[in-house]
Amino acid sequence: MTQKITGAQALIRALELENVDTIFGLPGGCILPAYDPLLDSPIRHILVRHEQGAGHMAEGYAHVTGRPGVAMVTSGPAATNMVTPLCDAFMDSIPMICITGQVPTTAIGTDAFQECDTVGITRSVTKHNELIMSADDIPLMVRQAFHIATTGRPGPVLLDLPKDVLQNSMTWHWPSDKEVLDSLPGYKPVSKGHPRMIKEAARMILDAKQPILYAGGGILKARAADALRELAELIDTPVVTTLMARGAFPDDHPLCLGMPGMHGNATAITAMQKSDLLITLGARFDDRITGKVATFAPDAKIIHVDIDPAEQGKVRRPDVPIVGDCRLVIEEIIKAIKDLLNGGEKQQDISAWKSRVSGWREQFPLYYPTNEPGEALKPQYCLEQLRDGAPEGTILCSGVGQHQMWSSQYWKFNEPYTWVNSGGLGTMGFSVPAAIGAKVGRPDRTVWAVDGDGCFQMTAQELVTASVERIPIKVAILNNSYLGMVRQWQEMFYEERYSEVYLSPELPDFVKWAESMGCIGIRVESPEEVQPAIEKANSIDDRSVVVEFRVDAGEKVFPMVPAGFSNDDVLLHPDQNNRREFLR
Amino acid sequence: MSTNSYASSHPAHHILSVLVQNRPGVLARVSGLFARRGYNIFSLAVAPTEDPMLSRITIVVDVESAPLEQVVKQLFKLVDVVKISELDPRRSVERELLMATVRVPAEDRAQVVELTNIFEGKILAVGVEAITVSLDGSPDKIDDFEELLRGYGIVELQRTGRVALPKLDKEARLKAVKHGKAS
Repeated sequence: MTQKITGAQALIRALELENVDTIFGLPGGCILPAYDPLLDSPIRHILVRHEQGAGHMAEGYAHVTGRPGVAMVTSGPAATNMVTPLCDAFMDSIPMICITGQVPTTAIGTDAFQECDTVGITRSVTKHNELIMSADDIPLMVRQAFHIATTGRPGPVLLDLPKDVLQNSMTWHWPSDKEVLDSLPGYKPVSKGHPRMIKEAARMILDAKQPILYAGGGILKARAADALRELAELIDTPVVTTLMARGAFPDDHPLCLGMPGMHGNATAITAMQKSDLLITLGARFDDRITGKVATFAPDAKIIHVDIDPAEQGKVRRPDVPIVGDCRLVIEEIIKAIKDLLNGGEKQQDISAWKSRVSGWREQFPLYYPTNEPGEALKPQYCLEQLRDGAPEGTILCSGVGQHQMWSSQYWKFNEPYTWVNSGGLGTMGFSVPAAIGAKVGRPDRTVWAVDGDGCFQMTAQELVTASVERIPIKVAILNNSYLGMVRQWQEMFYEERYSEVYLSPELPDFVKWAESMGCIGIRVESPEEVQPAIEKANSIDDRSVVVEFRVDAGEKVFPMVPAGFSNDDVLLHPDQNNRREFLR
Repeated sequence: MSTNSYASSHPAHHILSVLVQNRPGVLARVSGLFARRGYNIFSLAVAPTEDPMLSRITIVVDVESAPLEQVVKQLFKLVDVVKISELDPRRSVERELLMATVRVPAEDRAQVVELTNIFEGKILAVGVEAITVSLDGSPDKIDDFEELLRGYGIVELQRTGRVALPKLDKEARLKAVKHGKAS
């Protein structure tokens, strides 16, 4: 019995069969046909106030659930508004499906109303994209899209659907796994590591005197946190977690050194610098990690595990490249190490190295001068209080800038998938919509969005979405009335010549703005107000809360490896500089 | 003035033979990876293969080996790319086609015809004051022919860009012969 349905019905049915429970979107002319069958579908649609918000919500959802986030918008300006979230998801390897409407096939190429070359514009910011020219192709294209987005190195996939393709009738057919794989002869991601390389890695690990486990976001993508912990404990080796990997290894674990990189802590940076073996797991030697590449970890041999072959040797030539899924490869490495140990081999004594590392930790804790009564509120203090007041399992989202670095530094991430941020693209305005998406994905969790006053003003209108859709999140604005990170660079590298970084402490009135969007607004101006405000915010769970902290504009993020500097020349907080000699 | 000399002795050029799915947009994906890195594609030839579902793109590009390795890896990540081989000019057979219209008065025409015959080219069209010729062969040979034609005054010229396949090595050639006899 062949059954005729419309392309739009096929699209929604296909999304249901892919287990989509939520779509973030905003309708318009060309995507209209798809919104009609959506009324009859169990899929929840969340109506955003700007398409960019839909994209970041889909990302936030994907971050915390591991399932692809789905965004659906119309053609033209809606599609161009999706470019930023698509690029963000591409840089951070977030599985995401974006469905865009397109003008009818007969109008494509005529400069029709709300027409743009969506597949052309998004080609370089998606893992894959397709313009679907026939309703009959919809089910296969949807299955391909989910397969591509979630396997190998995850990423965003865009499907562009002309209006007539959605309206035309088609014969429903749900392709089998085999049909999907056969239709993608050029797509064969490798997941199992090369056995010889794995053996070589195991031997190299046992022979290392100063090893460091360098864990990146790939650990989280591969659901490899447990495997990482087992490996770290087996070889008793310290772990650094990059900005994208915060939570992949518990911060309260004695082997955890925290975040390396431009604003990493001095211990994590120096331990990588001085190591003789970097066991690189799902990380990509980003310029924010390496500093000046030529002087990065000069004595280290490199084991590089990554599912993306193009990452091997892109920045640093590995001694042992292993292409594969982080979890499977780590499990194999553990097995290979155990085999060697059972065969009578011994691991090098690394106790001297470990005591050197602990020395650095003692000498160089994260530091900021504490609040004197009557002085301006320190942003780091606010974050510590937020952290200490947060309910168990709280998910933290952040925007981009100083507040993001302080969040990563001062929070204690003891559980994977509790940290959501824009690492690669550095998208200001990411926090609020990503937090909404995270809360939709994990409604059982408290979700805090830490934001700057600059970031907040880019996407704050999504709090209307949160109120209307009853998605209660909590927002902490660290308002220093500046584009703080840019200000910091101008202070440090442009002789305090502040150019276009001053916003305003009073405008907008964040409390009134929050209230106008259906949220509770709270303003905090002095240290003694911090804790009560946070307690109040945590006690409200029937609506969103915005807490504005008026913080010290002069506070800078330390440590810092300025762009182009070697990690050896990390700038410590000025109050710690007298101890610099210990960094050897 | 640019020169067409990208003969096989040229050290920096690389020939990539990229097998792709024969679908809209694939060429844009492939060329985009070069464009975003600021690399110029020297020549490009695209056509379906023996399997109509697949096309072969032959790209000649002037890039140092290290950045090329990264582009090749990125190319391979494209979902529509099935296979990539870099062809060593010394171990591949290359062909290219040139067509040119040369302005030449009737009394001098014989010289162009002779030149074309020497190169084993073809005369495609003859007019009162012009003649159109074609030549296919190795890129070196095409370069030489073009250079000599220039003396007469080229009105229009089109080269296809090279197509290439790996040379069969001696063993494979012999095997093929044996196999041919046996079957």
